[in-house]
Amino acid sequence: MEYRLELRNVSKSFGEVRALENINFQLGQNEIVGLLGDNGAGKSTLIKIITGYYQPTTGEIYFNDRKVDRLSVPKARELGVETVYQERALAEMQTLWRNIFLGRELCNSMGFLDIQRMRDETHRLMTQSMGFTSHAISPDSRVGKYSGGEKQGVAIVRALFFDAEIIVLDEPTMGLSLKESAKLVNFVRSIKQAGKSAIFIDHNIFHVYNVADRVVVIDRGRVAGEFLTKNIGVSELMEKMVRVAETGNLD
Amino acid sequence: MNSQTNETAPEVSQHYKVAFSLRRLVRTNSAQLGILGVFVSLWIIFIASAPNTFLSPQIYSAFMSSIPFFAIMAIPLTIVVVAKEMDLSFPSIMAMGMVAFSFTYDGTAFIGNTTIRVFLAIIAALLAGSIIGWINGIIIVKFGIPSLVVTIGTQFFWRGAVLVLTSGTNFPIEYIKDTIFYPILVGKIGGYFPMQMVWLVVITIIGWVMLNRHRFGAHIYLIGDNINSAELMGVNTGRTRIQAFMLVGLISAFAGVLYSFYVAYFWPSLGSGYLLNTLASVFLGGTSVFGGIGTILGTFLGAFIIGAIEAATVAIGLTGFWTQLIYGFIIVLSVIMHTYLRKRGE
Repeated sequence: MEYRLELRNVSKSFGEVRALENINFQLGQNEIVGLLGDNGAGKSTLIKIITGYYQPTTGEIYFNDRKVDRLSVPKARELGVETVYQERALAEMQTLWRNIFLGRELCNSMGFLDIQRMRDETHRLMTQSMGFTSHAISPDSRVGKYSGGEKQGVAIVRALFFDAEIIVLDEPTMGLSLKESAKLVNFVRSIKQAGKSAIFIDHNIFHVYNVADRVVVIDRGRVAGEFLTKNIGVSELMEKMVRVAETGNLD
Repeated sequence: MNSQTNETAPEVSQHYKVAFSLRRLVRTNSAQLGILGVFVSLWIIFIASAPNTFLSPQIYSAFMSSIPFFAIMAIPLTIVVVAKEMDLSFPSIMAMGMVAFSFTYDGTAFIGNTTIRVFLAIIAALLAGSIIGWINGIIIVKFGIPSLVVTIGTQFFWRGAVLVLTSGTNFPIEYIKDTIFYPILVGKIGGYFPMQMVWLVVITIIGWVMLNRHRFGAHIYLIGDNINSAELMGVNTGRTRIQAFMLVGLISAFAGVLYSFYVAYFWPSLGSGYLLNTLASVFLGGTSVFGGIGTILGTFLGAFIIGAIEAATVAIGLTGFWTQLIYGFIIVLSVIMHTYLRKRGE
């Protein structure tokens, strides 16, 4: 079977610290994979390898069964990876349209910006996709004054605007209200319906369990285990998570 | 949130337009309007206190010949400061560019044609400036050392290099007056309008376009605002910052050429009086030292305020001792104003 994305024996060290050790990870076509693990388990490092922000110390990365060397952020994007980062990756003093097109501004071959088109697109996304109706929010308003949910909306819409095949969500419900979190979970479901794949990281095990086809448990830089959500109950999964955190073993 | 938004940038038929609103115009341009207000108020004060001086065209001709020498450097420096970096080495780059100039001129004696030699010498100066800017950028980006610290170091280093290479001597460069470059760079149009002012306007427009209408400038704002976000979203923050430092180097060397042509003389201390004037122009113009905010127009006006104060204090009848006191007063007041306007604008 062809995987959308596969990591083979990926390790990552920061100096003396081994953040990831021999990770084998697969993401199928139209599959939602939940990534679970305690703080510092290596989830964010794994994500940043997939998005090209970090280069693995050793190991190989495959997209659609084709090996990709020297994955960078722009290259990962070309391959259809879009990310909603835990830290949201917004530039808060800048306007909304600059944030939507952060890092891939629409411009001509000489590099001159097509500002009108970016503002038009931003306006369309705001009204159609983000559901922003507040008068305080326009393509020219500064992102810094938005609420947590609005900021997250910007980060998500930004990931969707460009042709994403794999959507990575790193702790997307952090700092969101209950209602906003529920909306987000629905959004992850819509990724599945649209035929895309996603990697979903959340500290809230219920969020992950509810939308993921499969969960992968990471502990101390290793894959401790993986389960299909249809084969395991949420309480059993929770017990295993606690056991892993305490002992390093699932059983 | 729906999933119908996945096509890359589909054409939109309807343009997003907002009705003209004076209030919004004021709010979004508060920094530039603020400094424009300071500029106009000071001007009115100058005219009222010394009408003979400030109503005569000579004073403006004098401003336009002296201010561009540091104002043109303030333009790329604004870009560097918007990117949350700092460059203190540009005065030394001015001088080092001219060392490259005179070495190239002396080394091409076999050519015989002065115009060609001066042309090559100007190219060498600009090249030297760009290379020094590139070295600044490389040290800052590759070693991750704060640019303030790096450029304090390189500022000494290149000034030292100038002194060593010229043995600390000054010399005339009268020969440049025989070339076409003299009128092009520092001539006077109609005997009144200085060419260096034309260069300042050209560099200001190019700087504005780069910062506001080009991907380079968009990335500069993003880097200054939040470098981690910029990196996560795939902006090449290292390359962009190195380019910004190269711009400062290039334009500083050009400023060195302009000034040396103007006086037809080279001093190894060239540029050392311009450090604080140039920095003050940038901050007076509303560029934030915290990065992410700043305008070229603000810097342009800031430079003229800085440049006019010295002449004004004397014309008003105060002794030259007052100049720095008034500088300090206006700079501090303007920075307070910018901070206040920024908070209100949020």
